[in-house]
Amino acid sequence: MTADLFECRALTKHFPVKSVFREIARVHAVEEINLSIPEGETVGLVGESGCGKTTLARMLLMLIRPTSGTILYRGTDLTRLGGRELRKFRRETAIVFQDPYSSLDPRMLIADIVGEPLAIHKVAYGDDRDDIVLELLERVGLKTEHMYRYPHEFSGGQRQRLAIARALAADPRFILLDEATSALDVSVQAKILNMLNALKAEFGLTYLFISHDLSVIRHLSNRVGVMYVGEMVEYGTSEQVFSHPTHPYTRGLLHAAPSLNPDDRDRRSEVALEGEVPSAVNPPPGCRFHPRCPSRRAGCDSAVPELVDIGDGHLVACCAEGRTHGGS
Amino acid sequence: MEGREDLLVVDRLKTQFFTYGGVVEALDEVSFEIRRGEIFGLVGESGCGKSVTTASILGLVAKPGRVLSGRILLDGDDLLQKSQKEMNSIRGCRISIIFQDPTSSLNPLFRIGYQVAEPYIYHQGMPKKKALREATRILATTGLADAEQKSRSYPHELSGGMRQRAMIAMALTCQPDLLIADEPTTNLDVTIARQIRDLVHELQRQFGTSVLWITHNMAVVAQLCDRVGVMYAGNIVEKTDVRTLFRDPRHPYTVRLLHAIPSAATSGAELEEIPGSVPRLIGPPTGCRFHPRCDHAMPVCSQAKPAEVEVRPAHFVACHLFRRREEDA
Repeated sequence: MTADLFECRALTKHFPVKSVFREIARVHAVEEINLSIPEGETVGLVGESGCGKTTLARMLLMLIRPTSGTILYRGTDLTRLGGRELRKFRRETAIVFQDPYSSLDPRMLIADIVGEPLAIHKVAYGDDRDDIVLELLERVGLKTEHMYRYPHEFSGGQRQRLAIARALAADPRFILLDEATSALDVSVQAKILNMLNALKAEFGLTYLFISHDLSVIRHLSNRVGVMYVGEMVEYGTSEQVFSHPTHPYTRGLLHAAPSLNPDDRDRRSEVALEGEVPSAVNPPPGCRFHPRCPSRRAGCDSAVPELVDIGDGHLVACCAEGRTHGGS
Repeated sequence: MEGREDLLVVDRLKTQFFTYGGVVEALDEVSFEIRRGEIFGLVGESGCGKSVTTASILGLVAKPGRVLSGRILLDGDDLLQKSQKEMNSIRGCRISIIFQDPTSSLNPLFRIGYQVAEPYIYHQGMPKKKALREATRILATTGLADAEQKSRSYPHELSGGMRQRAMIAMALTCQPDLLIADEPTTNLDVTIARQIRDLVHELQRQFGTSVLWITHNMAVVAQLCDRVGVMYAGNIVEKTDVRTLFRDPRHPYTVRLLHAIPSAATSGAELEEIPGSVPRLIGPPTGCRFHPRCDHAMPVCSQAKPAEVEVRPAHFVACHLFRRREEDA
């Protein structure tokens, strides 16, 4: 059993919607989420747009202050830390964003982009910095001569390699990959995914991988959390979630994702999801999924389901499914 | 599927862009045909020429681009010989298109109902009131809940999925012979994308429309299309029915591409990579454009462009590997 790198308890974030002077509504972006990320593992977060994946991840890095709840990072509560201690914590974390076109400053040289974390965290300057940058570029499959170029001279895949090199610069323990391969073509994505796996083993990294692409999450993650309108509806190992999906939303999501086998095409089923994702300003009462749920029962619109362990750490928040499985 | 007549025949289409940087050889003699009532998928990575193909079919290749040669036959009629005016009466009427991004292809200043009604007014000369009623009816067939009220909304008041439904309604107004869908589900959430795919499938069955579905997603092809063309750097490298393509792909690029996709079987393992990267189309590789990245490259590959070989009935592959075997036999 490895120790947890991150552990959050009842983490909540509400964003105010303001009129001129007063708050008129609240976006319930993340609601009472408990999540632990074991050191050395890759945790995948899936869910549709606006379900709170990115808000949750940014709270973990303290880029957004949570409304309530605690985040433990290796035992210390991040929500109580001050500026200087937070900076020390930030050195151990890094982010790779989705769009490598907007995440690299077009006016900076590659050497400065990749070397910036080294300067900010006062790790290395001058020639020392350049040596480290060179090593990083080589590690992500780029060449020495790329150091004194600008981002526009690179393709999408190469830019994402640069973003990864920058993330690795300050020698982090944890990298947040926010849709890091979503903008890439399949053949480029394959290379980046392989590289991420190799880097993880080499540097002993822990990843939080956010994606809406289920097959990428399945390929990369040890553990998977499924989110719906700010709530975690299912959490378990990759095997548990993908081979034995239990929450009706997870099943619907897996059903909606196209399969590579043309013989699956006529697979009509009762789990197909209708309707659209509700707004987080005014989420449905009770279970937030109940208006779209194919196995909804009486009571789903009032009782808020909690995450229940249905065996071997496979957590499901559903009044209907959780109970039947818990009983058997 | 056999024996259906061809609705659209694209024959050795060659489109190039004359830029300051050089000539971009975007389409290099692309040929395929779409039969009546089928969904034909065109699949490939970015920059392989999928969207240039659509633009060429619709006569929308903008300067500095030009269609140099080839034929595009719609029911035997060559679209490349048509005047702008004739094309205007074909676009939106006999051929219509849904784009990837419904937000930027709907006009934010007009109500949804009016935008859907426009083809009736322009192509069929219908009076405005009747056209608006018809628009509401067709919006309802696309599964838009409360179509009556939604037709009076502006685009920003609808979600992405609803906007895409409105785009589909607009494309279907004149009951086109051919519907071109250019990555229509790429920007949508998984469950909404599924609803839109099911909708197009349903409408295609109902109206017998042929569909040209353009995508970079192999899994979408597997679930939706009847026949597929795989594009690489301005060429169609393999063309066959969908089951054959996934069961027995023959072109080295198709084989490698299918192996590069993460799936249940690959979890934890290393994905297969295709060495190198997609070539620039200004001065592309000679001969077969895939040869610098191909494991099976032979001397002939860099010298001559491979011709399409029918490796089995209705399964075409443009690769020198198959030519040689045929000649040996």
